[in-house]
Amino acid sequence: MSIMEIIGGILIIIGSIFLFLGALGIYRMPDIYNRLQAGTKATTLGAMSLILGVGFLEPSWMLKSLVLIIFIAYSNPISSHALARATYRRGHYPLILSDDKENMDAYQEVVPHEKEKEEKV
Amino acid sequence: MQALTLNQKLGRFIVNWVFLMLLWIMFTSTFAAQELIVGGLLTMIISLLSIRLFTCCDLSLLSPVKIFWMVYYFGVFLVALIQANLDVARRVISPSLPINPGVVKFKTKLKTNYSKMVLANSITLTPGTLTIDVVGDTFYIHWIDVQTTDPEKAFTEIAESFEKVLLKIF
Amino acid sequence: MMTYIIYIAFSLMALGMIMSAIRFVKGPTAGDRVVALDTLTTIGVSALVLLAYVFQRFIYVDVALVYAVLGFIGVIVIARYLEGAL
Repeated sequence: MSIMEIIGGILIIIGSIFLFLGALGIYRMPDIYNRLQAGTKATTLGAMSLILGVGFLEPSWMLKSLVLIIFIAYSNPISSHALARATYRRGHYPLILSDDKENMDAYQEVVPHEKEKEEKV
Repeated sequence: MQALTLNQKLGRFIVNWVFLMLLWIMFTSTFAAQELIVGGLLTMIISLLSIRLFTCCDLSLLSPVKIFWMVYYFGVFLVALIQANLDVARRVISPSLPINPGVVKFKTKLKTNYSKMVLANSITLTPGTLTIDVVGDTFYIHWIDVQTTDPEKAFTEIAESFEKVLLKIF
Repeated sequence: MMTYIIYIAFSLMALGMIMSAIRFVKGPTAGDRVVALDTLTTIGVSALVLLAYVFQRFIYVDVALVYAVLGFIGVIVIARYLEGAL
């Protein structure tokens, strides 16, 4: 095995572990904002690392892998931000565990809370 | 939107052309003459058509000092991204889910839309924070483990290291 | 050695896909389902790139790129729709 193959293999393993952890976070977290936190961060680094690993294994693919990496690093935060905003404006507010419920939600000065409604989808 | 001077138009055109050409070379991943000629023509037409759309910056963006700060920013960002992932991994794996979520806000000194977008994206990818909305110069951040609800302190915790560098670029 | 690494990577990704699929079916709100779909897309893109290496076909990387672009646009459109701006 050459040194490139070793680096590529390690990156692929790290990437798949983080992809798995992101999905585990999606499954375990209690509300949608925390799910977005786990989902965005872990899957972004996981996909970046795995694609970079494939780029190391096949050096002639490196440039296109870099395009894919840049695109993922650019688009994932935007889509999670759009989803968080849409969910808040739709009337699903963040879960707050501490006692200070009034001060912990600063966004309600922009979008005042209505009575939370049950959704059937 | 105010009218653009010829200088601004030319600057934007050249910046767009350079970045689109870089993207084209990455897409085709070859340096053959015919590919480069077709790519040069296409990217020139696109950047001519989109002077009004891509409004991020002008020619001074390509100066060596700013490129140095861009590379430096990329380093800061990469370190924060890896920290964020270890942080999320720790929270996801531990059986008791150690979270204390809430929404905080802070104000930024950045002026242009593009730099606010870069800052918001970076905040989303750093430990435990997620940008919900940007209204004017106020950022609303969902924080997975709230330590302070005071805007000033939240700013120091979350965004100061990024904003210092971004103010030098834009 | 490389074969084992690829086996491990694909098993982890398959487990991740199953968990996102469970969230996709269970998710109490529409937003939860879209988050799960977004995660599925990202894992799918990574799986396509790794498959391109396994089969030695460069063209699959382009497929992954187009899939990433379409998934991103889809999530943005659904988010705008949920917000009521569409």
